[in-house]
Amino acid sequence: MSTDIETLRRILGASQVIAVVGLSANWWRPSYFAAKYMQDHGYRIIPVNPNYKEILGERCYPSLEDIPDDINIDIVDVFQRAELAPPLAHSAVAIGAKIFWLQLGIVNDEAADIARQGGLGVVMDYCVKIEHGRLMGGLNLFGVSTGVISAKRPKWLVY
Amino acid sequence: MADREFGFETQCLHAGQLPDAATGARAAPIYQTTSYVFDSTDHAASLFNLQTFGNVYSRMMNPTNAMLEERLATLEGGRAGLVVGSGMAAQMVALLTLLESGDELVSASTLYGGTYSQFDYSFRRMGINTHFVDPDDPENFAKAITPATKAVYAETIGNPLNNVLDISAVAKIAHDAGVPLVIDNTFGTPYLCRPFEHGADIVVHSVTKWIGGHGSSIGGAVIESGKFPWDNGKFPGMTEPSKGYHGIRFYETFGDFGFVTKARMETLRTLGPSMSPLSAFLFLQGLETLPLRMDRHCTNTLAVARFLDDHPLVSWVKYAGLPDNPYHQLAQKYLPKGAGGVLTFGIRGGQAAGIRFIESAQFLSHLANVGDAKTLVIHPASTTHRQLNEEEQASAGVSPDMVRMSVGLETLDDILWDIEQALAKSQES
Repeated sequence: MSTDIETLRRILGASQVIAVVGLSANWWRPSYFAAKYMQDHGYRIIPVNPNYKEILGERCYPSLEDIPDDINIDIVDVFQRAELAPPLAHSAVAIGAKIFWLQLGIVNDEAADIARQGGLGVVMDYCVKIEHGRLMGGLNLFGVSTGVISAKRPKWLVY
Repeated sequence: MADREFGFETQCLHAGQLPDAATGARAAPIYQTTSYVFDSTDHAASLFNLQTFGNVYSRMMNPTNAMLEERLATLEGGRAGLVVGSGMAAQMVALLTLLESGDELVSASTLYGGTYSQFDYSFRRMGINTHFVDPDDPENFAKAITPATKAVYAETIGNPLNNVLDISAVAKIAHDAGVPLVIDNTFGTPYLCRPFEHGADIVVHSVTKWIGGHGSSIGGAVIESGKFPWDNGKFPGMTEPSKGYHGIRFYETFGDFGFVTKARMETLRTLGPSMSPLSAFLFLQGLETLPLRMDRHCTNTLAVARFLDDHPLVSWVKYAGLPDNPYHQLAQKYLPKGAGGVLTFGIRGGQAAGIRFIESAQFLSHLANVGDAKTLVIHPASTTHRQLNEEEQASAGVSPDMVRMSVGLETLDDILWDIEQALAKSQES
């Protein structure tokens, strides 16, 4: 299932808080790359991983349900094997997240259905960092074909 | 709403180039700078770690070059591109990202002479051995593949033999061996042929030729399809922590643009054959009119081929656009819009007549290039392929009487007129 540019832009533009499930504290891991990038671009990252106390200066929670109620999660971003996705979709619904996002290479239609039936938007098999860089600028600096065609001046500067 | 699939001509004008965010400039700005300020040491660290996208140093990346990279990647139907200082550098960067000492390359023997020398001389000095094979029978590639083979290489249209490769057959052979097919698509251009659609994995270009079309700048490009499975066990350099870039695993971290990122951050960064941003601007200008120019190049070349084919002073013509050419069927499959802008022919009277022909032309330019808007002629045996011995020349398809012509965009009747008068003079002693 592909998600169009307009939808991805709306999701990335409206979201502020991202719970990253399976975030590693090792700087060279893709999950850390993505979370650090999103944090650098103004999003609050809430790490979810039972193995760590703190990552990227934020307290790390063992599970989505352990995140305090006063933190409103917009996106649940999943860096876990596909078979672990359905229970995470139930959790994302339970904590009132708005978007259930499975990272690049993770496809689980059952989990997507659970999230959709719970009223969440679903993005599957995309990297949150790559899509942000593709649509908000940056990825183009690395020679990647972004698919963006426009004669409007971008309202953002790459940093 | 599903994203629109824009047409090739639209992509030639727009892909990779939004109006400039800082100024609103509609033309591509030339970012003539070596370096870029960091906002903080943490920002610098993120850039060096590749955790954020951004510019560090123009040897590796530059915003003007990036526009050209994205436009070429898009036009080829690939995922990502990298531009470098020349077509030779493009091959070198692509192949040295894949191969190291002890590895082997299997390549078509019908290559541009400089490419043949790069593989046969420079790569052998580095411990990379190339097996050259006759590409007409794709099975020849399969026979030459060994466990040490890391890539298969060929040109869409061989220079100067004008032979057309059966890309999908060779791609299947490469994939059966778990290695990528690298195609030099310089003579095809993405307008006439998109090798990724036929199974190629990496495309390289001399953008000096039809991509630019103006003969003003030297440059090259490497483009990846984004579809090769680098985790098949044969490419630890893509999957294991990089010694050349502090432990990054390129395939895991960058996925379908991991190869180009490795080529950029390891090979281009450490070997250094960068493209100037001014050149990138000129190539972007060229690409805007690529479809119009290629249509005319192909029409004019076919007309010249027919003219020569009927001429009593011409002993043979090689152009895959001619129906009786042995590569005509392959050309119809892989180059349906036209068989390109180059033909070769032999003049009655052999080498001496060939030389007199070239020296008698009034505006056909005698020089070592192809793909210019102007018509170009050369005698390969004494110029582009003179570094090869006679046997190697024959293997590359070069005979002593051969003249190569890159047919330009002048008035067709004028081109035919200059050929006619030079042919007449070629017979004078």
